[in-house]
Amino acid sequence: MLISPTLPRNIDAMTEATTRQAVMAVLVENEAGVLARVIGLFSGRGYNIDSLTVAPVDEAKNLSRITIVTSGTPMVIEQIKAQLDRLVPVHKVADLTLEGPHIAREMALIKVAGTGERRVEALRIADAFRARVVDATTESFVFEMTGATDKLDAFIGLMRPLGLVEVSRTGVVAIARGPKGI
Amino acid sequence: MPLAVARARPARPPFALMRGAKAGSNGDEIVMSAIQASAAEAPTAELLPGAEIVLRALKDQGVEVIFGYPGGAVLPIYDALFQQNAIRHILVRHEQAAVHAAEGYARSTGKVGVVLVTSGPGATNAVTGLVDALMDSIPVVCLTGQVPTHLIGNDAFQEADTTGITRPATKHNYLVKDSNQLGRIIHEAFYVARSGRPGPVVVDLPKDILIGKGRYSGVPQATHRSYRPVTEPDPAAIRTAVAMLKAAKRPIVYAGGGVINSGPEASRLLTEFVHLTGFPCTNTLMGLGAFPASDPQFLGMLGMHGTYEANLAMHGCDVMLNIGARFDDRVTGRLRDFSPNSRKIHADIDPSSINKNVRVDCAIIGDAAKVLRALIAEWKASEAKLDTGALAAWWRQIDAWRARDCLRYRQATDEGAIIKPQYAIQRLYELVRETGRDTFITTEVGQHQMWAAQYWKFERPNRWMTSGGLGTMGYGLPAAMGVQIAHPDALVIDIAGEASILMNIQEMSTLAQYRLPVKVFILNNEYMGMVRQWQELLHGGRYSESYSAALPDFVKLAESFHAVGLRATKVGELDGVIREMLAVDRPVIADICVDQKENCFPMIPSGAAHNEMILGPDDEAPKGAAQPGVTEEGMVLV
Repeated sequence: MLISPTLPRNIDAMTEATTRQAVMAVLVENEAGVLARVIGLFSGRGYNIDSLTVAPVDEAKNLSRITIVTSGTPMVIEQIKAQLDRLVPVHKVADLTLEGPHIAREMALIKVAGTGERRVEALRIADAFRARVVDATTESFVFEMTGATDKLDAFIGLMRPLGLVEVSRTGVVAIARGPKGI
Repeated sequence: MPLAVARARPARPPFALMRGAKAGSNGDEIVMSAIQASAAEAPTAELLPGAEIVLRALKDQGVEVIFGYPGGAVLPIYDALFQQNAIRHILVRHEQAAVHAAEGYARSTGKVGVVLVTSGPGATNAVTGLVDALMDSIPVVCLTGQVPTHLIGNDAFQEADTTGITRPATKHNYLVKDSNQLGRIIHEAFYVARSGRPGPVVVDLPKDILIGKGRYSGVPQATHRSYRPVTEPDPAAIRTAVAMLKAAKRPIVYAGGGVINSGPEASRLLTEFVHLTGFPCTNTLMGLGAFPASDPQFLGMLGMHGTYEANLAMHGCDVMLNIGARFDDRVTGRLRDFSPNSRKIHADIDPSSINKNVRVDCAIIGDAAKVLRALIAEWKASEAKLDTGALAAWWRQIDAWRARDCLRYRQATDEGAIIKPQYAIQRLYELVRETGRDTFITTEVGQHQMWAAQYWKFERPNRWMTSGGLGTMGYGLPAAMGVQIAHPDALVIDIAGEASILMNIQEMSTLAQYRLPVKVFILNNEYMGMVRQWQELLHGGRYSESYSAALPDFVKLAESFHAVGLRATKVGELDGVIREMLAVDRPVIADICVDQKENCFPMIPSGAAHNEMILGPDDEAPKGAAQPGVTEEGMVLV
């Protein structure tokens, strides 16, 4: 049930409201086509996907977990959650952003090439950011780094002038803080 | 064929073992385990060819009739059909028509409509019907043939990615990759199609799965693992809603197709609730028949071509109760100005309908009948007093709006006068009523559809079949076919336009084959009337491609399809043609040549608000000028 007399009544008013980002955790049946259903829902209804990750999380129960970072007005986010919940193979949808504090992390593999001072500087910054060196040649490093999205963004930004070659990122995975599951 | 048999898998190990099988290697190995119980009952399961399993599962679902069209990939099912008598197959002439026929069958009976088509073009032809059923929440199970599993993805003959194509066209779909799962999946498909907010479900059946043997163990008992629609309303929401309704001074009940889908009991409860409260009631296009049209508390249909009183009451109300409708853009008009001063209660079985278009103050998730029963009980239990003085004043206002008589039209009465389309429908209605027969009306899409909605008085649910959400021209004739199959003794009339009817005219052949005495009542104005109307009102009278050139002679057309052809060109002929049409126990096409220039009013121009409706030709802007109140923003809307 929902009582919201103070909110603007119609969508036109709502579209002018500021948009927000939402991290959705979606527990789905691990079956063929389920990801296509979720993605098709977003493209078909014109919702944004800022990031999406998926992997099986419970083999015995045959469950996969999809984490989607999306953005929109509060009404659109509410609609996204309802539309996801409506898909037949979806077990549970949680808007982690709305439901309290949560942790969101992603991992990146970052390749930086260079020699001399730039190479030393890259390594020094990587150390400060607690990035791990997972591959090294005399003229390159691959750093592995885990953290919040903005931390990864900052590190990648710093690597750019130091010989950034390419970046591979996982997208966000997230989980609520505290003892309760979704 | 030998190849397919060779590839058929050996019978599956019991389910417990299967659970361990991991998907990684091959998508189809992923356990299709949404309902798990049946496979666990393996000892009682029978080993049958897939096609037999399909028919057994249909029989166990109580299916009596399926609408279909054969082809290579579904030949095993047609072979099995040939060898049994329990399920009747109706051979349509186009797969789109099979789905519409199933929709007509479903909507007039409350059962699930069943379709059987082949792979590739069979499936793609069915897509329009599937989307139609999706938009109007009609329970349909569509079985599609598919090339054998080993050919999937090879661009095989008559291969199409059916599950990919129909994913956004259905409520859910399945590709069966194991004959052992076939029975369970078909039962699950029926459950998904009819429960919650109903809709179409596709089951794609590769040919090797139909030939190979699998275990079948009847209707599963287990509940679905992830899909569990809420049907019981939250008592707190009911209390809040009744408190809001009791405090109302200018209330309105706005009921839609959800009430019809919930079953006849929901319509009875809606009537009881409206009588109990004394509130005015309006229906959406899909909801017509949910509340008796002859009831003094009925305001008629609302929306773009709704009545003046219904739309102004929606605009001016202070509390709105929406049951089973979805604030469709045809109903709301310009959202910003939709019922600006009301508090809104929205009862819907689909949570995603809540706050989709219009933000509401109280949401009730549940089945319409259960919601209405709870509202009635709470209304009686609540001690709050309704302001009857305010309600009486509200009714006086509504009666003043009613006095505008917005559905008035001018019909010259001399014998040779040209027939107004509204008059044709009104006479049809009156003469049908004289027969006292149980009558079902289907329509195509356009002006005739709106006139039928305005002038036919539906007293009962499930008697009105129309394509509301998708607006599919060509819906009416096949839908009427499905209705007539379900109700062989009833009078079934497709109110059509001359343009729409040509979109599925081939089904006249099906009518002849099965001796279905459907009456096709064409309002022939030689134009795609609604297109012409919009071109007149919004595009300066430039009638681009909206003239129905080179029309067939519908009388001869009827005769060539073994039906009766009739024509009326002037007022003096109308009653005679209608009487003859009703008297004949055969399919009939009645070609009613009507005024070509007539427009459908009242009308809320696109992008306008409820209180900006055009009542009739006298209200129109001069030809060539855009309507006042139609903004550029509105022009973009359809």
